Amino acid sequence: MRMIEISGVAAAIVLVAVTTPVHAADKPSDAQIAHVAYTAGDLDIKAAQLALKKSKNAEILAFANDMVRDHQAVNDKALALVKKLGVTPEDNDTSKGLVKQSSEKQAELAKLSGPDFDKSYIDNEVAYHKTVDGALQSTLIPSSDNLELKSLLQTGLKIFTGHLEHAEHLANALH
Amino acid sequence: MLFVGRRAALIVLAQALAVAAPAGEIVQVKISDLAFVPAEITVNVGDTVEWVNEDFIDHTATAKSGEWDVMVPAGKSGQVQLDHAATITYFCRVHPGMTGTIRVSAKR
Repeated sequence: MRMIEISGVAAAIVLVAVTTPVHAADKPSDAQIAHVAYTAGDLDIKAAQLALKKSKNAEILAFANDMVRDHQAVNDKALALVKKLGVTPEDNDTSKGLVKQSSEKQAELAKLSGPDFDKSYIDNEVAYHKTVDGALQSTLIPSSDNLELKSLLQTGLKIFTGHLEHAEHLANALH
Repeated sequence: MLFVGRRAALIVLAQALAVAAPAGEIVQVKISDLAFVPAEITVNVGDTVEWVNEDFIDHTATAKSGEWDVMVPAGKSGQVQLDHAATITYFCRVHPGMTGTIRVSAKR
């Protein structure tokens, strides 16, 4: 199976860099795609929960609440879909990489406070959503075979593109 | 005394009718697949715009001027009544790429 490479740029929780074209023979399976998408959402919820504990900035708190609500809604849909399809989400090197990168970034963020935390959190959200949106566009959506999964990922891409715009707006305001 | 009483009753009745008079039409805008549909509408002063959210995530309809901010939860609706003529652009705070325009005409 072709893996989605995880790069280690410190600014991002996760960088899913797709560096090679997808070939039918080595593309990720629907079970793996579902797990990567679910994991990516879950990690952003965890980052938002940290922000809700640490930040005192009203706009950051509102953004973090939006992230929890939206990603939870998408993940609930994803869980319902894999259940309906009888697919067992499959852990893989990509999702493991996401978790590792996220843990490292969470540890970094946990040491910060006040405006330093807010800036670092929102910069990370910009980088994270750019990366996840890129992975959805270039690999996860084109590789998915099931049309319902593909459709959910396409809706997810629209939602996360909105998050990216919101995060960029906030980042500009904070810097 | 009787005359004054009738007159007072008429005033009260007139006020009641004024309150009960239709405030305008309700014009619906769908929210579907992260878009306001239709994205542009024209209404009259006194009309109410009702957004009906068909998506599975929450949205807002937020005037760029800041004059109103309507929550439109997933599968539900939200309304605002428009009380002055203007061209109002609005967006979703959570997904700012979603935008719409309401032209509010003074003519009734």
